[in-house]
Amino acid sequence: MKTMKKVLCLALVLMMVFSTVACGGGGSDEDTDANAIKLGGIGPITGGAAVYGVAVMNGAQIAVDEINAAGGDITFAYNFQDDEHDAEKGVNAYSNLKDWGLQILMGTVTTTPCIAVAGETFADRVFELTPSASSADVTKGKDNVFQLCFTDPNQGITAANYIADNALGTKIAVIYNNADAYSTGIYTAFQAQLKTKGIEIVYTGTFASDDNADFSVQLTGAKEAGADLVFLPIYYTPASLILAQAKSMDYAPTFFGVDGMDGILALEGFDKTLAEGVMLMTPFNPWSTDEKVAAFVAEYESRFGETPNQFAADAYDCVYAIHDACIAAGVTADMDAATICEALIPVFTGDFSYDGLTGTDMTWSTAGEVSKAPVVCVIQNGQYVDL
Amino acid sequence: MTFLTYLINGLSLGSVYAIIALGYTMVYGIAKMLNFAHGDVIMVGAYMSFCSVMYLHLPPWLSVIVAMIVCTLLGITIEKLAYKPLRGATSLAVLITAIGVSYFLQNAALLIWGSAPKVFTSIFNNVESFRLFDGQLVIAPETIFTVIACIVIMLVLTFFTTKTKLGKSMRAVSEDKAAAQLMGINVNSTISLTFAIGSALAAIAGVLLCSSYPTLMPTTGSMPGIKAFTAAVFGGIGSIPGAMIGGILLGIIEIFARAYVSTEISDAIVFGVLIVVLLVKPTGLLGKKITEKV
Repeated sequence: MKTMKKVLCLALVLMMVFSTVACGGGGSDEDTDANAIKLGGIGPITGGAAVYGVAVMNGAQIAVDEINAAGGDITFAYNFQDDEHDAEKGVNAYSNLKDWGLQILMGTVTTTPCIAVAGETFADRVFELTPSASSADVTKGKDNVFQLCFTDPNQGITAANYIADNALGTKIAVIYNNADAYSTGIYTAFQAQLKTKGIEIVYTGTFASDDNADFSVQLTGAKEAGADLVFLPIYYTPASLILAQAKSMDYAPTFFGVDGMDGILALEGFDKTLAEGVMLMTPFNPWSTDEKVAAFVAEYESRFGETPNQFAADAYDCVYAIHDACIAAGVTADMDAATICEALIPVFTGDFSYDGLTGTDMTWSTAGEVSKAPVVCVIQNGQYVDL
Repeated sequence: MTFLTYLINGLSLGSVYAIIALGYTMVYGIAKMLNFAHGDVIMVGAYMSFCSVMYLHLPPWLSVIVAMIVCTLLGITIEKLAYKPLRGATSLAVLITAIGVSYFLQNAALLIWGSAPKVFTSIFNNVESFRLFDGQLVIAPETIFTVIACIVIMLVLTFFTTKTKLGKSMRAVSEDKAAAQLMGINVNSTISLTFAIGSALAAIAGVLLCSSYPTLMPTTGSMPGIKAFTAAVFGGIGSIPGAMIGGILLGIIEIFARAYVSTEISDAIVFGVLIVVLLVKPTGLLGKKITEKV
């Protein structure tokens, strides 16, 4: 019986070891081409934020494959690691990539792990371009970290300007998650900007977790205050609940979301009529007639069976931006990560500009911030329509 | 009018807590164990209903029955595999096992259905809301049905445990397992039956929870589960009417705390009220005082 247990233990231990090895190898591209630059990616491909990580992994994969198939001077070996939207696991994933021989990092996808990983890349002098971690804390004080998405304050200011300039509402309510850096970051900038425009915020409702399911109190508050526009600087999951609950209480203001709202139409089982007329800001419209966008969307749909979201497009742009910058900087695959980093920084902060799926003429400031304008869309018949 | 709206919102939230709490209290009252996996059985029930409507295109009422059958089987299986081998063990060991089962169910759901949230279509999707006072007060059909379901389940369970033979044997098992066995009651099958009923209730609770608050994720059941556990303790754990009163009061307190005090500390207020109640009346509102023989 005792030996039986020992054997069983051993078997379990072995299974665990092998499963970890299998996980570690997941998503890696077994490209041993010595002339390829080793491009690493980090993001949540399992867990609650997996939607974002998987989109980034797939979007970047398409770009890498296109670049390698074209066979120019710069090709990439691509390895994407899971961080489960956890700071500690993000740093572990980064260590794995370093063991693999990482030269440039595309990531990480979500803000909290990104702040932790950015600290490491700054110390190691590894060039990092994040597709989607939008907090200003990600790039603060780190000259090697750049963002491809617009920052949170930028979105709040654009939203306030847009609402004021187009007279979308006179009495504004805001419902936001005050336990979340993304949500509060947008809210703070939004309300400050709106004040300068002389528009009143009549109601501010908060919640403290994206798991929150009951928004009846916040919506009743907004309704009683007579708000005709509700600004939602939040992710699409709570937003979908807010739309459903507003309908069940006969409350129909204009809802105005930010890029976190992107994804709401892809929610399985979501009644798209609820989102009719909802406005949102997103850098990427998959229904756009732009030629490059249409080609990317078709490729993504045929390979992964779903419509790409902005995260996929951001990642695609990230890879191409890195590719173009490498050419501009004369980077070659035999350089070490620190040399590449020092070569790329002046390119990105210089007069380098990039046209992609998520914006044209993108340039970067020395603070790492990208300059591109958020685009306001409205949802009509289950699609985004540019305004 | 605002006050009335909040009261109705509270009643709606509270009756969902109450139905979940009925399952908790039922299992605790009979098997004397805290089934922390109850919240996750709710989640499984909701997924079952979601899948039957989305993929098998069953009518909503039939999906509820599918969910109840699957959850009943799941409840019996969990009891057989995880809790039965621990029948003689300390309650702490059973408690830890229950937490393990809870994590197992959550992660299994994560594997099967993925992490992306799904939107549950309310089973009352086609029913109009009730509008009172010229539409100033809107009552969703989910609210009305949840309250009715809650009262009906409470009455049926009370009748079942006090008047029927099976119910009486359940109470006998809860009083003294060994004596009940000597009287010819099959303790194991009685406890299995308790789990079956508790899990079927969980399926109904899952469908009603997700009809009112329509996002479905592998963690959907955990927070309502904890709140409902609080409600059961609040009302006196083991007491069936207590669970219902506790649940409804908890829902109303939560909504009022959010509306009139602060949305952030509403949970702190809810659990604060629980502490006060337990200090004043340690067995909960309707709990029986049990003197332990030493």
